[in-house]
Amino acid sequence: MMKEIIFMNGYGLYVWSSFLFTFLSFLSLYVVIKIQYVKEKNKFITKFGNLNSERAASARLQNINKEILSNSSNI
Amino acid sequence: MFKLFEPNKIFSITSKAPKYVLFLFVIVLSVGLLEALILSPEDYKQSHSVRIMYVHVPAAWITLGIFSTITLLSIFGYIFKLKNFFLISKSLAPSGFVFNIIALVTGSIWGKPTWGTWWAWDARITSMLILALFYGMYLLAWRIYENKEHVFKITSIITILGIINVPIIKYSVDWWNTLHQPASINVFAESSIHTSMLFPLLIMTAAFALFSLLIFLMKYNTELIKIKNKGLDRL
Repeated sequence: MMKEIIFMNGYGLYVWSSFLFTFLSFLSLYVVIKIQYVKEKNKFITKFGNLNSERAASARLQNINKEILSNSSNI
Repeated sequence: MFKLFEPNKIFSITSKAPKYVLFLFVIVLSVGLLEALILSPEDYKQSHSVRIMYVHVPAAWITLGIFSTITLLSIFGYIFKLKNFFLISKSLAPSGFVFNIIALVTGSIWGKPTWGTWWAWDARITSMLILALFYGMYLLAWRIYENKEHVFKITSIITILGIINVPIIKYSVDWWNTLHQPASINVFAESSIHTSMLFPLLIMTAAFALFSLLIFLMKYNTELIKIKNKGLDRL
């Protein structure tokens, strides 16, 4: 049973390499997009921290800014 | 109606949704892999190599679906001046491009045991390669052009030209003699695929669709934060 799943009548190399390529592509894409997301979010938090109290209060009024600053926006 | 798509309204949803989509994706993918690699039967002609279909076909379907969606959104966005539609299109493109590459590479791997060659310049494969080039041009346009009006126009032109290729991909196996087999699944007529293979194929398609949704949401949120970063600069 195990041998059949691995070797698949001699087609194992083709089948497993197709699935492996697919999931490596998924993982690479996920990691790249995640890095971009974290980078932009950290940039936003740093910029927000540098605002003076008046500007920070004005920026905080916007819903999106509140969402970005809240923990719930973590993926 | 278009106001429903405004970033202010949907960000509270798009920012929370990825973790639920990721959870659902892992569950659906686990079931799909079990079905595709173990439970589904081997083909009487192609033996176990038919299992490549469970990643190749969903990837091809989704890349075509995403390109068609991008084109529609770009056209509507350009006509009705809806910038958010361009943002949605831009966020869909990376996963569409990756699915296109997956379809080409897994198709090539499947070709070796089935046709005895890794690559053939037949109509279906060549038209899929052309689609990958259109995706590449679309993504490059967003990187190259700084001016928003310019990039909206250029990307709309790329998608309109690229969409001509989509029906060619679909009907290439009927219009020309190709190595590629004709479609086994038909929405309007009886499909020639057995349910024991159709079921895992549909589950894997659902898993891939969830993955593209996940990537779209993450990319869309990133783009919105980028805009907000520019907004903070202006304060």
